[in-house]
Amino acid sequence: MTDSDNIIFDTASRIFDDLSTAEVINEAEAGTWPEALWQAISESGLNLTWVPEENGGIGATLLDGFAVLKAAGGAALPVPLAETLFAGWLLAQAGLQVNGETATVASGELTLADGKLNGSVQGVPYARNAKQIVALVETAGKVQVVQVAAEQCDIAEQTNLAGEPADTVSFNAVAVEQTGEPGEGFNGENVEAMGALIRCVQAAGALSTALELTIEYSMERVQFGRAIGKFQAIQHSIAAFAGDVAAMNAAADAAAEAVARAPSIDHEAWIEIATAKTRLEEAVNNGAAIAHQVHGAMGFTYEHSLHHVTRRLWSWRDEFGSDVVWARRLGEEVLSWGADELWPRITTVTDAR
Amino acid sequence: MSVTRFRFPFVEMPAEATQLRQEVREFLTEERANGGYTPMADCWAGGLSAEFSYKLGQRGWLGMTWDKKYGGHGRSFLERYVVTEEMLAAGAPVMAHWIADRQSGPQIIKNATPEVRDAIIPRIVAGECFCAIGMSEPGTGSDLASVSTRAEKVEGGWKVNGTKLWSTGAHGPGCDYMITLLRTSPLDTSARHKGLSQFIIDLNTPGVDVRGIADIGGQVHFNETNFEDVFVPDSHVLGEVGGGWNMVVGELALERSGPERFLSTFIVLQEAMRLLVNNPTDQTKEVLGQVVAKIKTLRRMSLGIAGLLQEGSSPEMEAALVKDMSTNFERELLEKLRRILPQNVLYSSAGLLPTLLREGVLRVPSSTLRGGTNEVLKGMIARQLGIR
Repeated sequence: MTDSDNIIFDTASRIFDDLSTAEVINEAEAGTWPEALWQAISESGLNLTWVPEENGGIGATLLDGFAVLKAAGGAALPVPLAETLFAGWLLAQAGLQVNGETATVASGELTLADGKLNGSVQGVPYARNAKQIVALVETAGKVQVVQVAAEQCDIAEQTNLAGEPADTVSFNAVAVEQTGEPGEGFNGENVEAMGALIRCVQAAGALSTALELTIEYSMERVQFGRAIGKFQAIQHSIAAFAGDVAAMNAAADAAAEAVARAPSIDHEAWIEIATAKTRLEEAVNNGAAIAHQVHGAMGFTYEHSLHHVTRRLWSWRDEFGSDVVWARRLGEEVLSWGADELWPRITTVTDAR
Repeated sequence: MSVTRFRFPFVEMPAEATQLRQEVREFLTEERANGGYTPMADCWAGGLSAEFSYKLGQRGWLGMTWDKKYGGHGRSFLERYVVTEEMLAAGAPVMAHWIADRQSGPQIIKNATPEVRDAIIPRIVAGECFCAIGMSEPGTGSDLASVSTRAEKVEGGWKVNGTKLWSTGAHGPGCDYMITLLRTSPLDTSARHKGLSQFIIDLNTPGVDVRGIADIGGQVHFNETNFEDVFVPDSHVLGEVGGGWNMVVGELALERSGPERFLSTFIVLQEAMRLLVNNPTDQTKEVLGQVVAKIKTLRRMSLGIAGLLQEGSSPEMEAALVKDMSTNFERELLEKLRRILPQNVLYSSAGLLPTLLREGVLRVPSSTLRGGTNEVLKGMIARQLGIR
């Protein structure tokens, strides 16, 4: 993923730096919708990054969108940009129109009868702030992407560890606004995999921010007469942290690129996503721990902004299938390869097609 | 805040590299089937077979990236990467030529006199001549600038006295040369990196004594090499006298991020899979998912660095990060496998898998030491991050 010389990425970074400030993030957690931030995002068209021009989008590439989401993760963005992009991507899979209003995806088991949606999904990110909820319904061999108005749904407010909305949404015979069929073979696993990938990319950005904060703090904070970064113990912790940050960025990029190479999420891309979500476990576990350890008690206060990224990291590793669930899925896949195909399956991703 | 400190670009193998991979796989399958080799853990530092290396030379798989005008094959770094990773994944005995192919050859091409270069390079490429590294010494360890083995100027050359340690493979058949770091001016304690020079020492010269040192598994892979009034002709100085330090620093960087840093124990996983497929518990799946995710990610990073090197960049921090993580992973892989393998495999000393596992456990302490300890690497990373 390149993120230099890219006007979309530059625009996103500028908006996030200016408007996703510590105060805005804290106020959002307390329940104040960051209108100025969302307005700037909509005016720039970032909310339509993944939508093809014929479906109402701006025709940017999938990788442009992932670069934006990495920056969004790094900025602990307190608005559903990732969710809106995800919903737009899912609508576009079925050739449906996207208008860029706040949206989210309900990834779970739902039923559709006579144009009415039924069922309940837990942990729907930003459902309370969304105008639209998009879902995939699989019934009797038929797969459909559906869009409903969020105001028609019952939304029970819950939050994740970062205080981001993670609501329970009940659909009680909700009228469908638009519906369409995705391409052959597209199913709920693809939706969950895309959600997992989005979280990995955001987490790669959040880990990078946590590392930068940690490096800065280690050079400013003086103890025993010198900056704590001059102590070898601290240097080695931060070096190990840098390794996890680098690895998570590499794994997330690899998965994003695999999705961008395929028409949708093919089996190879699924394996790359499983790899990234599995790798997230250690990166978050070690990375967040080192970030807090180096920051000491200061980083443990609500006033310091380290928790904006670390709390998101602890949440994101669980969402769209936890890191451990994905490790088991990947392990099952590996077992299906068998001993003799293990190495060939590892190298195939980079071999000429 | 969004910062991209690390670059590991996606590398797609060119068609010729993919084609080459198939050839290498066919060769390895055939060799393993007909007893040409038995897979081993840590094969690049413990699998000594001059015969096997000769076969690779004859197939054109040594000195692959070196210029044809010096006797090399003029192929890409990525093609060499393919051959090396295939050998490592298969646990093939590639130790004899490893050092010559990875670092001594490039050093000789870059810094030796044309006569010396032409006398040595074609033989390395053919798989008939191997090299050892003479950097460390008793008491030197990670502090390489403290070397004290000295070369004194004499008529027509230099007289060498002292001892080099951990010179992997120097005792092997066909190991004719040691690229040796020597002190050519008296030690200046305020500038210890100065006054060092590299020499190509013919190990068959009178006064050279190579003594094997057994490792904790009782195997002799490395050596102590004593030099007593060993004469080295002027023609065998590498590059400028006094320019040794920069040369070894460059050489160590070449060592850092190759696939040998994360694949040394891969063969144990591959052979363990033959058993694990029969017992697909959640724990087994979890472990396999975790280790394969790590291997894939490390490979992405290592290959990304190879891509950057091919473009002419020198991604020092990335290479140090990858070596630190990779070498830790080589041990972690064995520890994770122990959790899911049956007791009779852990107890046994017979059969391929138990042998590989034992070899792995006994060899792996050297992973995080050789080519710069992980503590030294972490110090380098901290410096690159700007905190040191």
